[in-house]
Amino acid sequence: MSKAEKTLLNVPKIQADFPILHRKIRGKRLVYLDSAATSQKPRQVIDATTDFYMRYNANVHRAIYELGEEATREYEGAREKVAAFIHARSPNQVIFTKSTTEALNLVAYGYGLKGPIQAGDEIVGTVMEHHSNHVPWHFVRDHKGAVLKYVDIDDEGNLRMEQYDELITKRTKIVTVSMCSNVLGTINPIKEIAKRAHEAGAVCVVDAAQAAPHLPIDVQSLGADFLAFSGHKMLGPTGIGVLYGETEALEATEPLLGGGEMIREVHLGRASWNDIPYRFEGGTPNIAGAIGLGVAVDYLTDLKMEAVRAHEMEVTRYALDEIHRIPGVRTYGPEDVKQKAGVLAFTIDGVHPHDIASILDVEGICVRSGHHCAQPLMERYDLPATARASFYVYNDSDDVDVLMAGIRKVQEVFA
Amino acid sequence: MADLRELYQETILDHSKKPRNFHEIAEADASAVGHNPLCGDRVTVYVRLRDDTIADIAFVGQGCAISKASASLMTDAVKGKSRVQAHQLFQLFHRMVTGKPGDPVNTAGLGKLAVLSGVSEFPVRVKCASLAWHTLEAALESKKEIVSLE
Ligand SMILES: Cc1ncc(COP(=O)(O)O)c(C=O)c1O
Repeated sequence: MSKAEKTLLNVPKIQADFPILHRKIRGKRLVYLDSAATSQKPRQVIDATTDFYMRYNANVHRAIYELGEEATREYEGAREKVAAFIHARSPNQVIFTKSTTEALNLVAYGYGLKGPIQAGDEIVGTVMEHHSNHVPWHFVRDHKGAVLKYVDIDDEGNLRMEQYDELITKRTKIVTVSMCSNVLGTINPIKEIAKRAHEAGAVCVVDAAQAAPHLPIDVQSLGADFLAFSGHKMLGPTGIGVLYGETEALEATEPLLGGGEMIREVHLGRASWNDIPYRFEGGTPNIAGAIGLGVAVDYLTDLKMEAVRAHEMEVTRYALDEIHRIPGVRTYGPEDVKQKAGVLAFTIDGVHPHDIASILDVEGICVRSGHHCAQPLMERYDLPATARASFYVYNDSDDVDVLMAGIRKVQEVFA
Repeated sequence: MADLRELYQETILDHSKKPRNFHEIAEADASAVGHNPLCGDRVTVYVRLRDDTIADIAFVGQGCAISKASASLMTDAVKGKSRVQAHQLFQLFHRMVTGKPGDPVNTAGLGKLAVLSGVSEFPVRVKCASLAWHTLEAALESKKEIVSLE
């Protein structure tokens, strides 16, 4: 009991760090429940990006002068922080991209289209993926003749793990899966999936967009060969993302962007490439974004990811208990919060999710409605759309109470 | 300030729960499918023409309360009108729902459609309110093409 208390977050203190949470929406307190789309940013992160532009803006890796040296030091410092955050063996395994989407496309291009994948090779995905972990693999299928296969889910939204036994074959080269679903909140057993991939000689690609912000991650113990996530969902700025790669897998990957920074020597007839990770960071990178992400990582590290997870489990448990007390509301995804992150997809009988989101908006509550960029998953459930509330470090049971009152209001309007 | 009751007036709720002219027309002269992929709203509009007049109109589909009510109200509003009149009505309607939030709304000439004026306070819902109208326009366009082919 006392141990659980010790791991909990000081939410009022955290809220004080987020300037946006103090504004009003349509005259009401802003209750932000859409962190799965993008998180809010603490003052520390906002200040760090401003500070870069105000005090030491210069391009990285090129300048001889002190200013450039400082910018490079901070940029590379951010890489080290991210590496430590996910327990990578070396900062050289951390590539800065613009987003999860770009990171996954880099793998699909560099390891799929241009890499070792041959016609007839198989790629095993799942039906619960975000579009950004579907479409890049469609490219590999369409341009290289790779065969795509998908693991299904059960009705509670858990992967049907036994299907991997049949779907992974000698021809499987890539097994790709999200660590955490952005609709169901399902937390997938990456370690087990990576093990099965490796037994077949395949690499395991992990979409950690919804995991890195909310769960402690240890890429070594997970056994991920590639792992992608976005800064903007984890308190950091937009326009900065990360691709982690196992060194051997990165060496087999071709760069996506050719240009400055990624080369060693360029002649008119040929070019040779820079070392990893610079090889994959063609052009001037998002320096301010990387520095901001480094500070976001500091912020989360100070809170401790175990405490973040424990807090979100508690809020999610409370939200599930409360929402089940309202008749006519359905939820999707696992019920056991040990299997579920702070994502709550729901529908209200007789009310379209759009109308739910509009009515909640008038109450100052931000939730998402729609297919959440997971149309194959929605088809699996035969749903055109759902509403979705998602929780983060600045949300607490008060926010859940406001949401529940809002849901009752929706039902009143449509009674 | 934007009020919930303005967006979800009784009439709108009534039309969304009990949409008028909510059926297919087997021998339609024109029809079109409208789709808003962002929210999954889908509507099919069927029209029967007598010369240049919309003699009958109906729709089927799924969507939010605003899109359903708007489709239902539209079918009532344009039945018996000429194509040109229907098009003019759409222009007036479009002007009403796309007005800037906070600005006075012009509901002149819109009759019952004026109940949707609250949409202008919720710009993200304009697409919901105009989906059926765009679909009607597409249906009437396609008819024109067929006619010109004959
Ligand atoms: C599971 C998952 N994967 C990938 C993405 C794509 O992230 P981004 O838009 O930052 O590239 C998202 C974002 O919604 C997501 O939830």
